[in-house]
Amino acid sequence: MTDYIPLGRSEKMPRSIWLAPLSVVLGSMTTLLPVVATVPFLPPFGLMMLLAWRLMRGDSMKVWMPVPLGFFDDMLSGQPLGSAMLLWSAAVLMVDVLDTRLVWRDFWQDWLIAGGAIAFVLIGGRLVAAPFTAHVDTALLIQILISAALFPVVARFCAWLDRDKKRQ
Amino acid sequence: MAPPRNRRPGFSRRAQYGLFLGYVGLVGGMLVAAGLLLLSIFNPPAFGAVRGFFSEITTPVASAFTWVRTSVAGVPEGVSSYVNVRGENARLKKQIADNELLVERARTLNQENRHLREMLKLHDVSTDAVVVARLVASSMGSTRRYATLNAGGWQGVKAGQPVRQPDGLIGQVVETSPNTARVLLIVDPESIVPVRRTRDGLPAIATGRGDGLLDIRSASVATMIFQPGDTFVTSGTGGIFSPNIPVARVIRTSRDIAVAQPSANPDALDFALVQATFLPDPTPTPSPKPSPSAKPKAGKK
Repeated sequence: MTDYIPLGRSEKMPRSIWLAPLSVVLGSMTTLLPVVATVPFLPPFGLMMLLAWRLMRGDSMKVWMPVPLGFFDDMLSGQPLGSAMLLWSAAVLMVDVLDTRLVWRDFWQDWLIAGGAIAFVLIGGRLVAAPFTAHVDTALLIQILISAALFPVVARFCAWLDRDKKRQ
Repeated sequence: MAPPRNRRPGFSRRAQYGLFLGYVGLVGGMLVAAGLLLLSIFNPPAFGAVRGFFSEITTPVASAFTWVRTSVAGVPEGVSSYVNVRGENARLKKQIADNELLVERARTLNQENRHLREMLKLHDVSTDAVVVARLVASSMGSTRRYATLNAGGWQGVKAGQPVRQPDGLIGQVVETSPNTARVLLIVDPESIVPVRRTRDGLPAIATGRGDGLLDIRSASVATMIFQPGDTFVTSGTGGIFSPNIPVARVIRTSRDIAVAQPSANPDALDFALVQATFLPDPTPTPSPKPSPSAKPKAGKK
């Protein structure tokens, strides 16, 4: 953001420059809620925030940001270290590739892309973390559905956090 | 939404290189992540120290949340106990009177038991409680089942120690940091607990399924059929879990595997007790009673 100022853009930095990573970190910290779960049910709020920021404001974060954010998520989530680092980066990279293919996308396409990315990350995380024989697939499916259903809420929340940009 | 603007950031070489280097960083980070992932899959405690550092920072937050939850959950109970205090007082007084008799009888039995144990030269293995703490958070979004305990190395918690509640076994400490510890719950797909059936001492192995239940497999060659309702306690085999901690109760059976419900609910608003690792007793254990089927044969001979 500091390297160039295109025409017609104000010099004032939007607050998303620090708010976007912070909101992803706070999303990852939802696992600190005092519930000792016996099945995975909590949507990956960190990932959902990351996807919402990426889909709504592609320039809100540096390209490499999923790596440190995924590292922080791995520290709290109970997944083996590297799983969110790798899968979040892959998901964001896939969104980048889709952006070059799609000419135009609105919220419905965003939702579909986010749902696919969430399913990809959760299933990938299950494959690397739990042994193949574990009976977690039903719970995982429900977790994916809950997360996909909650994505619009997270996206609205991101838009609300980003409202200073709209006023410009 | 229109195509993103950062695809070609103008004619500035600097901006173009910056974007390119961003992607180089992303892909490099992914390679590093893949390396870390392989390392942590083949050596799970590899990054325990790093995780411990973060858990030291975040566990106070989780503890505060737990405190709020316990306080809020205690409110209805507090109100109702205030309302019912008079009736409860009368009931408890009556109960004390009833219990006096039972206590007397229990004392006698206890004394007798001690006497018999002395005669058998059976030493009680002391299973010392290390610390009483709370499970403040868990891996809610992951398919692995870990919980965070708000006590750690400075309170005497060490990796490998069993964690239990009054109702039964919860799990085992896998990593510690100065003030926090990570507990692998028994319902985790990679947890294995040696157990025995309370009814006849049949040895078995309880492994987590990942969906909040346990699989019970017979550890002996005998194809004993499990019955719904069978209860299992830790057997002490392996020297980690001290014997006779309730583990699970069978709810349904299929061929040689039974599905069991854990006895303890780790989410109960209750304290978790960390026990010292149970070490095998050096004194010889009394020989097991001959099974009823063997006895008649011996008699016939």
